Amino acid sequence: MSTIPNDLKYTKSHEWIRLEADGTLTVGVTDHAQAALGDVVFLELPEAGRVVSAGEACAVIESVKAASDIYAPVAGEVIARNDSVTDAPESVNADAYAAWLFKLKPANAGDTSALLDAAGYATEIAD
Amino acid sequence: MNAPARRTPLYSCHLAAQARLVDFAGWEMPVNYGSQIEEHHAVRRHAGMFDVSHMLALDLTGPDATAWLRRLLANDVAKLRTAGKALYACMLNPTGGVIDDLIVYRLSDNQYRIVVNAGTADKDVQWMRRQIGEMPANVTLTPRRDLAMIAVQGPHAREASWKAFPELRAGSESLPPFSGAQLGDYFVGRTGYTGEDGFEIAVPADKAEAAWAQLLAAGVQPCGLGARDTLRLEAGMNLYGQDMDESTSPLDTGLGWTIDLKDEQRDFVGKTALLAAPATRQVLGLVLEDKGVLRAHMAVFTPDGEGETTSGTFSPTLQRAIAFARLPPGVAAGDTVEVDVRGKRLKARCVKLPFVRNGKALV
Repeated sequence: MSTIPNDLKYTKSHEWIRLEADGTLTVGVTDHAQAALGDVVFLELPEAGRVVSAGEACAVIESVKAASDIYAPVAGEVIARNDSVTDAPESVNADAYAAWLFKLKPANAGDTSALLDAAGYATEIAD
Repeated sequence: MNAPARRTPLYSCHLAAQARLVDFAGWEMPVNYGSQIEEHHAVRRHAGMFDVSHMLALDLTGPDATAWLRRLLANDVAKLRTAGKALYACMLNPTGGVIDDLIVYRLSDNQYRIVVNAGTADKDVQWMRRQIGEMPANVTLTPRRDLAMIAVQGPHAREASWKAFPELRAGSESLPPFSGAQLGDYFVGRTGYTGEDGFEIAVPADKAEAAWAQLLAAGVQPCGLGARDTLRLEAGMNLYGQDMDESTSPLDTGLGWTIDLKDEQRDFVGKTALLAAPATRQVLGLVLEDKGVLRAHMAVFTPDGEGETTSGTFSPTLQRAIAFARLPPGVAAGDTVEVDVRGKRLKARCVKLPFVRNGKALV
């Protein structure tokens, strides 16, 4: 069974999002996604300063098996990326919720209300 | 409607080992049992085992067996002078395309064992039966779905196999590479698909679970199709359906060495077409110098024109992306080329295959 922490938000495309106290978002891929991908061997993350729209493919995660896009959960500006995870891609498999990928400053704070909660994401991946 | 997935006699062993199962050529097969990379390293460093029961063993017997195989296959079974020797060969269609690649063991004068790919097995049997009728040949072809096959591979694979089956030691200790022997209930072939030493062991289906359990107890790591793919890529071995198929000449896919033209009197299916169409491509390995992962069907740009990757992956042994590429004839090992990786041109170095052999990086 995949872990789906209650204190995070989710997208249908398998990103997890932590809403930080300062209004910024921390983004990663879910435990369900890392298990499906298998051994992660390469990540390409967006640079700080890049402006992204909601649903835009802005990062790439590659496992031994296949390459997958990672999508911006909401519109905004990338304010940080996790270089330690690109140096150790296997950390995504070890703990998908500790291995954050990038941080985002949302263009509109209200946009996050459309994200799934843990129960909604659990339903999404139940099939 | 798709037919329901077929299961090998080892299916319950896979469930017990918590395999992640996927559809492979209509078979429900393990892709990994946790980490594909750990399974890969187990084969390079110690010993791993693969359920290859989805592949099909066929027994061929009869007075015309040798003559018929010399016509069926582009490689020449006349090379198999002693019982037990094995040969890798392509079975071609009349236009020189590859129907399948297979291994044939000579068991005795008029008796052979052929092992073909899972995805092509039904097509292969139909083709072979047609060829028996066309010759016509006095041979009997018997598909052996009553057998399960386990490939045990790695530097310690043989020792681990003897630990699991002590009764096999005496009969298989002096078995040279690329040969096999029937030892009681077991057919043991010293062949493989990983670039490592090891045995491919065929057992009656009702003994398969016990054999798997004995190998497990001897410390052999179960490995899935995922590791099988990264291992065979490192070992420079083609995968049917990906690196070659019925539309490709073996000459264009790095398999020219399996075409035996020494006996000019020998005619084989596809020979005329091959002689009329010399190779237009060569196959080299690519090692990605930039960061990223190579996959199949990426465009390769060289000073001599464009090429294409046919298989690509991340190599756990080299810790770099590698690929097979079909390239214009002028390109040579050592040259640097560019590969279109998801819209970016990344630098790759051309190398001779294989990338890895017997646990050692060769590039």
